Amino acid sequence: MQAQSLIARTGFYIAVVAIVVIAVFPFYYAILTSFKTGTQIFEVTYWPTSFDLSNYRTVLTGRTFPQNVLNSLFVATATVCLSLLLAVTASYALARVRFRGRGLLLITILAVSMFPQIAVLAGLFELIRFLGLFNTPFALIFSYTIFTLPFTVWVLTTFMRDLPVEIEEAAIVDGATPWVIITKVFMPLLWPALVTTGLLAFIGAWNEFLFALTFTSSETTRTVPVAIALLSGASDKEIPWGPIMAASVIVTVPLVVLVLIFQRKIVAGLTAGGVKG
Amino acid sequence: MTSPSTSPARAGTGAELSLQQQRVRSAFWFLAPMMVALIAAAAWPLFRTIYFSLTNTTLSSLYEGEWIGLGNYLNWRTLSSGKTIYRGTLVDPAWWNAVWNTVRFSFVSVLLETVLGLLVALVLNAEFRGRALVRAAILIPWAIPTIVSAKMWAWMLNDQFGIINDLFLNLGIISEKIAWTASDATSMYAVLMVDVWKTTPFMALLCLAGLQMIPRDIYEAARIDGVHPVKVFFRITLPLIRPALMVAVIFRALDALRIFDLIYVLTPNSSATKTMSVISRENLIDFDKFAYGSAQSTLLFAIIALFVAAYIWLGKVNLTGENR
Repeated sequence: MQAQSLIARTGFYIAVVAIVVIAVFPFYYAILTSFKTGTQIFEVTYWPTSFDLSNYRTVLTGRTFPQNVLNSLFVATATVCLSLLLAVTASYALARVRFRGRGLLLITILAVSMFPQIAVLAGLFELIRFLGLFNTPFALIFSYTIFTLPFTVWVLTTFMRDLPVEIEEAAIVDGATPWVIITKVFMPLLWPALVTTGLLAFIGAWNEFLFALTFTSSETTRTVPVAIALLSGASDKEIPWGPIMAASVIVTVPLVVLVLIFQRKIVAGLTAGGVKG
Repeated sequence: MTSPSTSPARAGTGAELSLQQQRVRSAFWFLAPMMVALIAAAAWPLFRTIYFSLTNTTLSSLYEGEWIGLGNYLNWRTLSSGKTIYRGTLVDPAWWNAVWNTVRFSFVSVLLETVLGLLVALVLNAEFRGRALVRAAILIPWAIPTIVSAKMWAWMLNDQFGIINDLFLNLGIISEKIAWTASDATSMYAVLMVDVWKTTPFMALLCLAGLQMIPRDIYEAARIDGVHPVKVFFRITLPLIRPALMVAVIFRALDALRIFDLIYVLTPNSSATKTMSVISRENLIDFDKFAYGSAQSTLLFAIIALFVAAYIWLGKVNLTGENR
C-alpha cells in the first residue's frame, strides 16, 4: 500500500512537471533564440549560451516595427473602449429588463460571436472600401467589434444578472432613471467585470490576424501579428529567425505579464456563461 | 445621452406609463447602439457576401458584378459533342480537399484537446504545493498570439536547425530529420501539434471550473463506499461536468472549423493543410475570384450554422444560462 501510493505520487508529480515544461518551453526557447546571433542560432542548445541584444536592436530600430506596435496598441485600445461603451448599456437591458424576445436576442448575439470571420470578409471589404476606411486603423476597429462586442455583451450580461435586485429596487424607489441606475449604481459594482472583459477584448484585438491582413496594405499601417508574419529576409531562403523571435518576445511579454497579473479575473471571464448551464 | 423614458411620464396628462413599460422603452434605447454596430459589422457584410456569391463580381470592379444565380456553386454546359461539363465550387476538388482537411483537423484537434484538457484539469483540481504556479504556467500558451506561436513552432519544427528534430533524434523517436511543416505527409501533424499546445489550456480551464463546482462530499461518500477511482470518474465526475464540457467543446469546435491564421503562417501553400477559410480567402483576395471565394465562404457559414444547430439540438445544450 505504501509503495503503491508512492508510485502514484511520483506519477502525479511527473505529470505536473510535464505540463509545466510543455506549456512554457516554446516561449522559453523563443527567448533563448532571440539572444543568439550569427551562426549560434543554428546550433541547438537547451540552455542559454549567449546574451546578445542585437536582434532586439535590429527590430526596434527597424523601419516599421515600432510603428506596427503603436498601431496595434491604438487599434486594441480603441476596440476595447468602443465595445465596452456599447456593451454596458446593452447588457443592462438584457440582464435586468424583461421584454419579449430577450432570449432570442441573446442567442443571436452569441451566434454572431461564433461567426466564421471569413463569411463576412467579402462584405466587410466592400463596406470598408465604400466608407474610405481601407488601410486605416479604423477599418480594424470597426471590423473587430464583430468578435469583441458579442463577447463583451455576453459576459457583462451574465455578470449583471447576478447582481442583487434589491440595489436596483432601492434606486427605483428613490426615483432613479435607468440611465442613473447604470452609471451611479451598477458601474461601481461592474468594475471587476469591465476589467476582465476589457482585457480579454484587448487580447483578442491584439492577436487578430485575418482582418488585419486583409484590410491593411502598407507596411506602416500593419499591426504586429501581420508584421511578424510577413517579416522576411533578403531572400526567400534566409528567414531572419533571430529578429522574428525578438519581435515575438517583445509583443508577447506584455501580454504574459498582464495575464499573470490578472489570471484570476481572466479565468473567471473565460468561464462566465460557459459553465453555468 | 439622457434617458428618453422620462419625457412621456412628465407630461402627466392621464395615462402615465407603468414602470415596466418605461423600463422596456429605455431598454430599447440602450440596446439600439449595440444593435446598429452588430448590423453594420456582421449582418450587412454577411448579406453582401451571400449576394456576391450569386454574382460574377471581381475584386477590381466591386460594383460591376452581374447576377448569375447559383453559377459559382454549380453550373454546367453541354458541348456540341453531347458531353456535359460541370463547373463551380461543388465540383471543385480543391474545395473538397479543403473541406476534408478542415473536418479532419477539427475532429482530431478538438478530441485531443478535450481529453488532454480534462486530464490537465483533473491534475489541477488536486491539492498540491505549487498549484497556483502550474495554473499560471498553462495560461502562457493561451496568452501568446497565434501568429507568434506559429512562428515559434515553425522555428522549433525547422527541418535543419529545429529543436524538435534534435530532441526526437536524441530520444530515438525518429531516425532522420523530418521536414515537419514543408512535407505534405507531416504538415497536418505539425498544425495539430501547435493547435493542441495552444488551446488545451482554454479547455483545461473550462473543465477545471466545472470540476470545482462538484461538491467534495460526493467524492467523500464514494471513497467511504470503496468505489474505484476510475469508476468514480466515469459515474460521478463526467456526468456532472458534462454541461460545462459540452459548451467548451462547441466553442472549440467552432474555432477549429474556421481556423485560418495558424495554417496561413505555419504551412503556407501546403494543400495537405489548406482549410476552408484559407482557400476562401485565397480566392477572394489573392486570385481575384471574388465571387467564387464569396460562394466558398457562404458554404463555410452554412456548414457551421448547420453544425451548431445539430449540436445544440442533439446535445440539449443550454447556452443562455437562463431558466436554470
